[in-house]
Amino acid sequence: MKTSRFWAWLVFIVGAAYFFIPLIATFEFSLRMRRGEYSFDAYRVVLGDARFQETFAYSVTVAVFTILLGVFLVVPTAYWIRLRMPQLRPIVEFITLLPLVIPAIVIVFGYIRMYGSNSPLPFLGSARGTDALLVIGYATLALPYMYRAVDTGLRTIDVRTLTEAAQILGAGWTTIIARVILPNVLIAVLSGAFLTFAIVIGEFTLASLLNRPAFGPYLQNIGANRAYEPAALAVIAFAITWGCMSVIQILARFAPKSANRPN
Amino acid sequence: MIIAGGFAAARIFSQDGAPMTQASISDTAIATHSAPPDARSGFRLPTHWLGVAPFFIFAMMFLILPTLYLVIGAFQNDQGQYTLDNIRQLFIDKSIRDAYWVSIKISFWSATVGAFIGLAMAIAIVRGGLPAWVRSSTMTFSGVASNFAGVPLAFAFLATLGRLGLVTVLLRGIGIDIYAMGFNVLTSWGLIIVYLFFQIPLMIVIITPAIDGLKREWGEAAATLGATTWQYWRMVVIPVLWPSFLGTVILLFANSFGAIATAYAFTGSSLNIVPIKLYAQIRGDVLHNPHLGYALAFGMIVVTGLANIFYIWFRTRSERWLK
Repeated sequence: MKTSRFWAWLVFIVGAAYFFIPLIATFEFSLRMRRGEYSFDAYRVVLGDARFQETFAYSVTVAVFTILLGVFLVVPTAYWIRLRMPQLRPIVEFITLLPLVIPAIVIVFGYIRMYGSNSPLPFLGSARGTDALLVIGYATLALPYMYRAVDTGLRTIDVRTLTEAAQILGAGWTTIIARVILPNVLIAVLSGAFLTFAIVIGEFTLASLLNRPAFGPYLQNIGANRAYEPAALAVIAFAITWGCMSVIQILARFAPKSANRPN
Repeated sequence: MIIAGGFAAARIFSQDGAPMTQASISDTAIATHSAPPDARSGFRLPTHWLGVAPFFIFAMMFLILPTLYLVIGAFQNDQGQYTLDNIRQLFIDKSIRDAYWVSIKISFWSATVGAFIGLAMAIAIVRGGLPAWVRSSTMTFSGVASNFAGVPLAFAFLATLGRLGLVTVLLRGIGIDIYAMGFNVLTSWGLIIVYLFFQIPLMIVIITPAIDGLKREWGEAAATLGATTWQYWRMVVIPVLWPSFLGTVILLFANSFGAIATAYAFTGSSLNIVPIKLYAQIRGDVLHNPHLGYALAFGMIVVTGLANIFYIWFRTRSERWLK
């Protein structure tokens, strides 16, 4: 037992070192901008950069729209599948897993060929259309996470009883979904939303290939041209990811644990 | 159950003043049409499907058709005739073949190495007798690190192992110049080291429940039958964990095969891997043949698709034991 604990500590410490050294190194590097002393100059330069503010604001906006589209798409579908069409569940689950199978770069390649300015649906013909296509693409990438989060949330409530109760009280479908189902799975939806946010905020491939001024391409551009700012940006990006994951962890504490019904 | 229902009903009422009257007035039409779910009979198919229609239309337009477009394009030539030439070209063209080979090599090594280290760490935190905080903080950190990929990850490793990175400088301080020894972080091996940063945590996140599923009774039963620790591992633990381990390795493989942002930020377009080649092709038709580009994309789908089929197969096998 003693030796096994020694090995466990050793494995854990070596592993932890691999993860913490790059983080420490990045932080240290980001402080080195002023010669001979540590300073937060790199952060000041980055945060004061107008391009940073623009691209970050753009990506936050895109992320918010992506989350809204994801919720509109996933909540009614997952609800309806649970309530009325359980026979479609395998098909829908398969489709929601496809974005994990098909690489993002392939999906966006398809978009570029299908929705060009000469196509019947010229998304790429205008800047607004391309923004819309970017939001759609991100919603597609986030589909596996969003669907799983919402479906897990739905599992913990009794969808059928809630629906019948609401219908007896005279509620229509929109009311049921927006004011009965959504509030009950809000925590699940929020954790899906924060995961979506973490994925979208620094995403590079789609934004770059669709030529949108998003945060990911900005990061890449800074990385290719500057020395200390990229490290500062990496620290900021890690903090954002950490923040999103912490919120999800905290939300999980509020989520109902037990399933009311087996399915 | 009743509490949940009552709670939701209470929500409907408590929202604003007199919603019940409001609901019964404004939604009468809908309510009479669709009220009792199972009372209607006969012609009900269309409304039934209406609920899932938006999802299927979305998936069709923005997931399936764009992919099919590329797949069909991969089997056509410029005149729109069907051909296998593009696929054959994937194997003949040396630079494409090399790109696939390098991609597969990077994905394979980052997946296998990441899987073994992740497994060792997972066993250490679950079975090693470490304090509880070690496990919970490792799991939390793994959740963060498995999602910390893309461009910033490349920056972090350049700041660590780049020519001016902290580790490089510190090692040079004690007389070890890793760059003079031929090390360069901007190579496939450098990229593998970087990919491990999200591969290991992903392994930990996925395999820990499987290790939890190993029942203490099995160990006790083996000990009662006189098995040594080694025999217990060889004849119980490894056979039980094997399918979920292999399944996860394959998932890690697919995970790094499609990744591009980290590699692109890391080495620019100098590293010849499939996603970067496809990126260049989308940007400017570097292959001078759009249909060869489609074939390149098709090849990626085949690789990740095969990986996922194996993953599902292994997962169903592992579920037999880990209930």
